[in-house]
Amino acid sequence: MSKKAPELSSEYKYGFHDKDISVFRAKKGLTREIVEEISRIKGEEKWMLDFRLKALEIFESMPMPMWGGDLTELDFNSITYYVKPSEKKGRDWSEVPEEIKNTFDRLGIPEAEQKFLAGVSAQYESEVVYHNMQKELEEMGVIFCDMDTAVREYPEIVKEYFSTVIPPTDNKFAALNSAVWSGGSFIYVPKGVKCETPLQAYFRINSENMGQFERTLIIADEGSFVHYVEGCTAPIYSTDSLHSAVVEIIVKKGARCRYTTIQNWSNNVYNLVTKRAVAEEDATMEWIDGNIGSKLTMKYPAVVMKGPRAKGVVISIAVAGKGQHQDAGAKMIHLAPECSSTIVSKSISKQGGKVTYRGLASFGRKSEGSKSNVKCDTIILDKLSTSDTIPYNEILNNNITLEHEATVSKVSEEQLFYLMSRGLKEDEATQMIIMGFIEPFTKELPMEYAVEMNRLIQFEMEGSIG
Amino acid sequence: MAGTPHLQIKDLSVAIEDKQILKGLNLEIKGGEVHAIMGPNGTGKSTLASAIMGHPKYEVTGGSITLNGEDVLEMEVDERARKGLFLAMQYPSEISGVTNADFLRSALNARQEEGKEISLIKFIRQMEKQMEILEMDQSFSHRYVNEGFSGGEKKRNEILQMMMLKPSIAILDEIDSGLDIDALKIVARGVNELRGSEMGVLMITHYQRLLNYIKPDFVHVMMQGRIVKSGGPELALKLEEKGYDWIKEELGIKDETVGAEA
Repeated sequence: MSKKAPELSSEYKYGFHDKDISVFRAKKGLTREIVEEISRIKGEEKWMLDFRLKALEIFESMPMPMWGGDLTELDFNSITYYVKPSEKKGRDWSEVPEEIKNTFDRLGIPEAEQKFLAGVSAQYESEVVYHNMQKELEEMGVIFCDMDTAVREYPEIVKEYFSTVIPPTDNKFAALNSAVWSGGSFIYVPKGVKCETPLQAYFRINSENMGQFERTLIIADEGSFVHYVEGCTAPIYSTDSLHSAVVEIIVKKGARCRYTTIQNWSNNVYNLVTKRAVAEEDATMEWIDGNIGSKLTMKYPAVVMKGPRAKGVVISIAVAGKGQHQDAGAKMIHLAPECSSTIVSKSISKQGGKVTYRGLASFGRKSEGSKSNVKCDTIILDKLSTSDTIPYNEILNNNITLEHEATVSKVSEEQLFYLMSRGLKEDEATQMIIMGFIEPFTKELPMEYAVEMNRLIQFEMEGSIG
Repeated sequence: MAGTPHLQIKDLSVAIEDKQILKGLNLEIKGGEVHAIMGPNGTGKSTLASAIMGHPKYEVTGGSITLNGEDVLEMEVDERARKGLFLAMQYPSEISGVTNADFLRSALNARQEEGKEISLIKFIRQMEKQMEILEMDQSFSHRYVNEGFSGGEKKRNEILQMMMLKPSIAILDEIDSGLDIDALKIVARGVNELRGSEMGVLMITHYQRLLNYIKPDFVHVMMQGRIVKSGGPELALKLEEKGYDWIKEELGIKDETVGAEA
């Protein structure tokens, strides 16, 4: 079996542009005036404007992070911080602009998802253009809307929780998001309500050099359940784009929240996202996090287990190809007795890509009897590609259990031979091994996303195999 | 497939990491025939099996292999499989995260033209039928390929694949090793099920015991990387009774393993 050199050029599959239909576009660069303008256009109250301006000061005063990925080429002055695509929001599908529908069509969003559209809020550029709450959800008292609407219509509840999990001082990019945020989802699930159907939103950047700073806040009240699904794709651009989201989640006593993401930014996007959840007594928070695209991703979904027996789960995959660095991982912070956490991280590097698993397992003084299980597996597809595992542990209690297991492997010659001896071509065999490798992630996805995920991986694997 | 299968191995020499293992091996297998290759450890039996299938570690340094007149050595491993070669392996790989059913269905579809893939229902029906013959629990179809399988389960799984893929030449590399007598009978049942003019079989084994359940038409003895003696089923019985020493004596071989010169 001859090994051919890996194909080095692989064009981003979704790299098409639609005609730009934006109505308002802020000037490039970030100033106090732009922040004020964003707030004015959104018709925000003073408290939110004050919050933004304070965050801007914090952003300006904080240094660039010196750890993780290479941010030296990121130029804050070449980014447009706000674009509003169209004045009005579609309440039903027929009102959604044709061009936007075309974009979704070309992304091949599967038919099965059409049926969910009644409950989908699709973010196109900075503003949510389509949002129609599922009737069922309304009847259950669930609030599911875009964040801008939530600030206007549910100010009391937003004020109570907004930025309590991730304050602007958390990190430079959280501060940036706090200053210029736009769009994102707001979900409130009342006590005891269980949402059987996942709540979904699509995100997409469509203007060159445009940052997307969505802000999501989810509150799962006592004993409730909600599954939120976020899928992202973006077209290709000649210069760098920035995506810097903030996702805050509060999971109250006995509640369970699952947050599923598949991100497939084009290879020029800096994807610098802060995601954190607080889990109270007997609450469960699960992050299912897939990172396929982007130039650099720095993302470490976190669960702060504040109440006894709280649970945190992060199941993630990262795929890094040519010129890509996935610096991803998880943070599990155990602050109460008998908390438990699980991290399963699967990474694939190919064509010179770089994957870093960076994880924190922290046990506070009161974390008596807590335990954490961390498993990181990497497959490196060629000699050009690299992988690192960087676990950080902070342990302030003697009576805890921490297990860490890490493997790095190649697609083995024996496995390939075995599959090929049954008639599979080398690329099919490799694909099958890779699909099997990430199966612990895919099996957690809703069916239609699992299909989409497998297709994405197939695209990714094309041309990576000799 | 037109006509009965015909595998011809002529003067085959194979090396692994520059060490010559096979040295001019000749063998011809036709549809309907069952050949058994016996011999002590280290005489090149498994090398022959792997080389026919095209394992990348084995380098063919001379001779030829043809299947129905086509040059097998020119083919990639997967092409050999699609042309009808099958190797039931001694140590099959584990493929984590891939279910047996998915794997088998992909392997079957790899043999079909695009658009003519086997339907899911038809596939499941076929698989369940074969699993019944092999007394495999239905849960096997949802387990990951060979992961956590016992030795016997792996062997049965190999035979299940053979029964599903219906090869024209099946090579069974020590399919009996590590099997108790009941499991051996079941595996043999699977092989016998497929016996017929459509398929030729090459069995590699240390022990005569397998041949009680799968009756060979030809028995060959390998030593020093070549076939040194061939005969009918009676040869196997004689080996069982007398061991290999009489052959060594007859041929003047002191050390039968590869690398030792006669």
